[in-house]
Amino acid sequence: MRERGADHQLRVDWPACQARGVCFELLPELIELDDWGYPVVGGPVTPELLTAARAAVHGCPRMALRLLPG
Amino acid sequence: MNDAMLWFLNRSTGFVLLGVLTATVVLGVLTVRGRAGSRVPVFVSRALHRNLSLFGTALLVAHIATAVADEFVDIRWWHAVVPWGAAYEPLGVAVGTLATDLVIAVMVTTAVRARLGLGGWQRVHQLAYLAWALGLGHGLVIGTDTGETWALVGYSSAVGLVAAAVVARSLAPHPTAREARPA
Repeated sequence: MRERGADHQLRVDWPACQARGVCFELLPELIELDDWGYPVVGGPVTPELLTAARAAVHGCPRMALRLLPG
Repeated sequence: MNDAMLWFLNRSTGFVLLGVLTATVVLGVLTVRGRAGSRVPVFVSRALHRNLSLFGTALLVAHIATAVADEFVDIRWWHAVVPWGAAYEPLGVAVGTLATDLVIAVMVTTAVRARLGLGGWQRVHQLAYLAWALGLGHGLVIGTDTGETWALVGYSSAVGLVAAAVVARSLAPHPTAREARPA
């Protein structure tokens, strides 16, 4: 069993986010878009998704996505 | 390598640079317009924008190196960054040097983007437009092929493509202003 709280978390900086949708394209496993195109994070980042999550963080043109250790 | 070869390489890298930098600018302009579900995914155009800019930087190094190595024109290595004092075509060289300096600024600030923050990075990144325009002007002023029809077609298509991308982006609705998608 994985240790509780060991997974990374994705946080959206809402004032910075402009709903470009890049994070959704890079990490559809975890991110959905609401009706206005803003990301909805589905849960913690599992180790398998960590690389894709980092790519989404770096890919955000508004630098509005952050990866926090669990 | 003889001077004729260096001169051929210098001219050809210059023209390929025009194409690569134009494509980089167009992709960068259109990426901002990107949205989920478009025909070309944003991460594809972003990766192309990034990799083409790196390819363009390598070409720029080759372009400068061949100009410096060519003994026929008196261009020294420090003219790569200092925009004055060239004996050959001082204006044309200086415009190209300024473009190079701006490219360096854009590359360095992008490398440290996370430390710089969005605002500072964006302000410097917008200088890429100026770098592209100066690079084009440099080609027109100093290029020995400027009078050729094919060269003028190249220059005007570059201007047309970037202008079209800017118009397309300004006409597109702001990403957050779009209507709600059907559920």
